[in-house]
Amino acid sequence: MPLFDRKDKSRYATFSRRTLLAAGGMTGIFAVLAGRLYQLQILDFDQFMTEAEENRINERLLAPARGRILDRFAVELANDRRNYRVLLTAEQATGGISESLDAIGRLIEISDARRKKILREIAQNKPFVPITVVENLNWEAFSRLSLNLPYLPGVQLDVGETRAYPFADELSHIVGYVAAVSEEDRKNGNDPLLSLPDFRVGKRGIEKEFDEEIRGQAGVSRVEVNAYGRVIRELSRDPGTPGQDVYLTIDQDVQKFAAERLGGESAACAVMDVETGDVIALVSSPGFDPNLFNVGISTAEWNALTDNDHKPLLNKVLSGTYPPGSTFKPVTALAALDAGVAVPGYTVFCSGVYTFGNHQFHCWKRGGHGTLDLRGALKHSCDVFFYETARRVGIDKLEQTAHALGLGKVTGIELPGERAGVIPGREWKRKTLHAAWQQGETLIAGIGQGYVLLTPLQLCMLTARIASGRAVSPRLVHSVGAHARPHRAAPRLPFSDDALAAVRSGMDGVTNEPGGTAYAWRINEAGFEMAGKTGTAQVRRITKAERATGVMKNEHLPWRLRDHALFIAYAPVEKPRYACAILVEHGAVAAHPQVQMARDILLYTQKKDPLRIPPAYPVTAAANTTGRG
Amino acid sequence: MNATPNIAARRPLTLSEKLLEVDWGLIILITLAACAGFAMLYSIAGGHLRPWAGPQIVRFAAGLLILVAAAMIDIRVWMGLAYPAYGVAFLLLLVVQSMGHVGLGAQRWIDLGPLQIQPSELMKISLVLALARYLHGLTVEDISRPVKLLVPLVMIAAPAVLVLLQPNLGTAIILVADGCSLLFLAGLSWRWIVPALGAVAASIPVAWEFMHDYQRQRVLTFLDPSSDALGAGWNITQAKIAIGSGGFSGKGFLQGTQSRLNFLPEKETDFIFTTLGEEFGFAGSIALLILFGLIIVYGIRIAMASRSQFGRLVAMGVTLNFFFYIMINGLMVMGLIPVVGIPMPLVSYGGSAMMTVMFGFGLLMSVHVHRQVEIPLRSAGLI
Repeated sequence: MPLFDRKDKSRYATFSRRTLLAAGGMTGIFAVLAGRLYQLQILDFDQFMTEAEENRINERLLAPARGRILDRFAVELANDRRNYRVLLTAEQATGGISESLDAIGRLIEISDARRKKILREIAQNKPFVPITVVENLNWEAFSRLSLNLPYLPGVQLDVGETRAYPFADELSHIVGYVAAVSEEDRKNGNDPLLSLPDFRVGKRGIEKEFDEEIRGQAGVSRVEVNAYGRVIRELSRDPGTPGQDVYLTIDQDVQKFAAERLGGESAACAVMDVETGDVIALVSSPGFDPNLFNVGISTAEWNALTDNDHKPLLNKVLSGTYPPGSTFKPVTALAALDAGVAVPGYTVFCSGVYTFGNHQFHCWKRGGHGTLDLRGALKHSCDVFFYETARRVGIDKLEQTAHALGLGKVTGIELPGERAGVIPGREWKRKTLHAAWQQGETLIAGIGQGYVLLTPLQLCMLTARIASGRAVSPRLVHSVGAHARPHRAAPRLPFSDDALAAVRSGMDGVTNEPGGTAYAWRINEAGFEMAGKTGTAQVRRITKAERATGVMKNEHLPWRLRDHALFIAYAPVEKPRYACAILVEHGAVAAHPQVQMARDILLYTQKKDPLRIPPAYPVTAAANTTGRG
Repeated sequence: MNATPNIAARRPLTLSEKLLEVDWGLIILITLAACAGFAMLYSIAGGHLRPWAGPQIVRFAAGLLILVAAAMIDIRVWMGLAYPAYGVAFLLLLVVQSMGHVGLGAQRWIDLGPLQIQPSELMKISLVLALARYLHGLTVEDISRPVKLLVPLVMIAAPAVLVLLQPNLGTAIILVADGCSLLFLAGLSWRWIVPALGAVAASIPVAWEFMHDYQRQRVLTFLDPSSDALGAGWNITQAKIAIGSGGFSGKGFLQGTQSRLNFLPEKETDFIFTTLGEEFGFAGSIALLILFGLIIVYGIRIAMASRSQFGRLVAMGVTLNFFFYIMINGLMVMGLIPVVGIPMPLVSYGGSAMMTVMFGFGLLMSVHVHRQVEIPLRSAGLI
């Protein structure tokens, strides 16, 4: 043994002890590692498993197919059409994004603004997210692109769905439109679909009123994604519930005819089934193209709509209120009959002017009508007769009668934006104007002027009620999905048959007897005759001086100062089926365009007679709908 | 394997005798651990040898050759090479400090075309050799003498500081740990050890002052990972989710969602253990730890059987170096210490660490093969 052996022995002893200590330390660390593994993998397994799944699985909302809107014969008024789109995926554009856009630009037009927007979107998104370059391509451009697809790296062609309104302007105010979700929509709704970038919600008309039903329920696609959000594969798919179809009572044929007949006038028209209140046509003219709002309306297009003095965005049928003028006289007549004022033999002498207190009230006919009974007063639309009659009836009875006929409140039609109009009374005036009722105001109200304001839809309902004797209310939506909307048979009006018959007789005289205010524009095909009532709503005030020199004829006034022309009618006279109300803003000219329109529309409607044709509603005539005998 | 006592004392072994002396059991354990790594690298590549598993297998094969080759060389030769190797490694560290390639924000590499040298890895082995050689020449009493102690402390501190400046905190920690544990094993008096530990504890606030921002951030996010769940806390959070979601038996080979879907950062290198935990669960993780534990037991046995202090210290130095890798990486991926860039030995993808570890095992094997060699106290080794 060498010299150092003794010293090495002591070193070895120390080394052994220290190694043992180190081994103990290492064992301790290994125990810590094993303990930690036990904690993570055994004790907290559930929590980490959940977190791993949450990491991996991304739930993506699927927009359900939006329900269609159809007319009574299942003609599609709103549907989804194919939207041909061009998408660009940045990471696949091997030649560079600008080069790809240039290549697309050689085949279809891309504006500079659009190009900037695309580049911005690409910069904001991950490189594997496809960005929409152009949408709503026509088939020709689309096929040109697909032919060149091999030379367009990163470009994909895609067929999406977009809302379409095939009848555009004709139905704009009924169907409405869809548009991008606004901040307000998101605040008010908690449907997760609202957060989808391309989602559209109903903004007007049926699209708005029945948005929830038409929208459907969101579907969910569970996809596996990696840490960068790239989809690896789809794990499961719940397509959601497609939106329900909404069936309207509209007959698109009549609607189209009416819309065309109103032409470019600023006008409104409603056609209604007098027994059920089913709305056959509901036109506000001019309309607008709802398709514009879906794809995004340009500023110029928007300005054109808002600057138009014919107010295309206003649904005049139910959001426009007008003094009904003489079309209100049947209400006054009915009040007089019901109150026992207009008893058999009741007459009023018209000298052309009616003096009440120290005021003079003029008849529209200078020189007067002479002695008239109620039937003659309606036929000739004598103002003096109704001044006197209204005075005798009193505002309270007049107001009560108007209310019984459903006026002064909304009809409850299934469209947004309906206005109630005004049926004035003592209480109403005290509340709104804080003044006492003047008796002179009763006279004015008796001829539908003054405070009285009605919507064309209310006028149509009034006509239907007089024609049928039932308290019908307008119905526009028959069924949603396969479910008919509840609709009760209309109760009888609280007026005697004799009173109603007397008013109808007067309205018959208006159109079908020589001397009647609308006799010149009557329907003279046997069996299709209509009964009606003309009306003029004064837009400007006629001064005493003007009256002295002769009232200016409307034809001689600028358009916006002319009176509004109104007409209500039902047909056929003998067994009424259809009621119609027409308003032409500033249309009170001698040719009575509104009467001509009503005549043509009622004749067309009767000849087609949509009520006779079995409707295509998806439900068999439910027990709670009114059957016709 | 101890069938032929004292043969080395009488005459040098022939090459074939040395090959017979190689402990093939240890090599099998090492290979098994490496195979776990291959499997994981194969899995995170989505079931492909490219880009990781294939090259790793090639490297491991090369590493095995280095291991056996190193084992064939007499430990006295290694002793003779100890100081020159340390000198070269130190010079290389100085070189990277001045002109090294900057990778991952740290100067760590010397780029020689196809060959990239990581001097800090070289230093780990060289430091063990040099310290073992120095301590071999000291008695137990000598070690605790201040004058004698100063030399090894400088030997440890100088490269550690250079590595820290790169900045590579993980390797610096390992260098210091390797060096200090050798001093401890050689018998440094507790009179030095206890105050030193106290000083380390007291210096933590000072160390904080000298840390890089990213290092501080790592410490802060470690203390509260949720404070930055998508930023720096992401690593820790996702690693824990991966391991934890493995459960007892794991999701199955190639079924780990965390790694396959890229939720795991540095999944092929420092965080490879998380994939093992995810796919093979508690059972698989513990199995790998047991494998590592057995390798360490082999290392301790080899150290205890060596008849020279140099051999013992080299064997334990290499074994502890291996252990420190496992400890730091394991504690890090399980969220017990802040993130420092230390791979899991044998398992993580990467050439430098693999070579260092395999070369270390080669030295260990050399100690085993030459366990009967006695070296005089004043010896400078062969050469």
